[in-house]
Amino acid sequence: MSRKTIIMFSGDLDKAMAGLIIANGAAAMGDEVTIFFTFWGLNLLRKAQKVNVRKTFMEKMFGFMMPRGADKLGLSKMNFGGMGKAMMKDIMRKKNVNSLPQLISTAQDMGVKFIACTMSMDVMGIKPEEIIDGVEYAGVATYLGEADEANVNLFI
Amino acid sequence: MEKYINARGLQCPGPIVELFKVAKASDSGDLITIEVTDSGFKKDLAAWCKKTGNELVSIVEEEGVIKAVVKKG
Repeated sequence: MSRKTIIMFSGDLDKAMAGLIIANGAAAMGDEVTIFFTFWGLNLLRKAQKVNVRKTFMEKMFGFMMPRGADKLGLSKMNFGGMGKAMMKDIMRKKNVNSLPQLISTAQDMGVKFIACTMSMDVMGIKPEEIIDGVEYAGVATYLGEADEANVNLFI
Repeated sequence: MEKYINARGLQCPGPIVELFKVAKASDSGDLITIEVTDSGFKKDLAAWCKKTGNELVSIVEEEGVIKAVVKKG
């Protein structure tokens, strides 16, 4: 058994899907997989529903402007204000490609470890209450510790 | 024991995820038959077997359906 680590920096739907497909594939190959979610990537882990937590004005603005959860992400290219995303999702559904929320739940079922970067959470005003269950909270040292033991490391 | 997985229609990485789950719950020597329509699966299965230490017994493709038998190692 070997280990793979993935840094999910991007909050774009297409990049996130690529990352999660690789994570699920690696888990299915019998590997231990860790995904470290930081910056825009944290949006993948947000709960879809609004959670009432105390926030500063800036934190509220950030929370309002960023996609709330994996189902709300846009494409990195050809998003066209959400139209491109809608078309892409429609095509993927017709071709029976798992949606990003499905890929995330499969990854968690397969034992892929999710770590949320606490520094990014603090900067963006994302509170643990707003994050889906089964996520660990840590910093760069934890990620580096895992990456040290991994033979593949991706920055997405 | 012999097991069957219908992974027709599933896209990557669906078939190997399903195969992994069944293989994990199987005993050494069990035969797992899997049917897949994702054309990348043929190469993927060889890599999966090599990596996970399972044996690819047979693989045939008929009318767009890949049927493979894997023996749990």
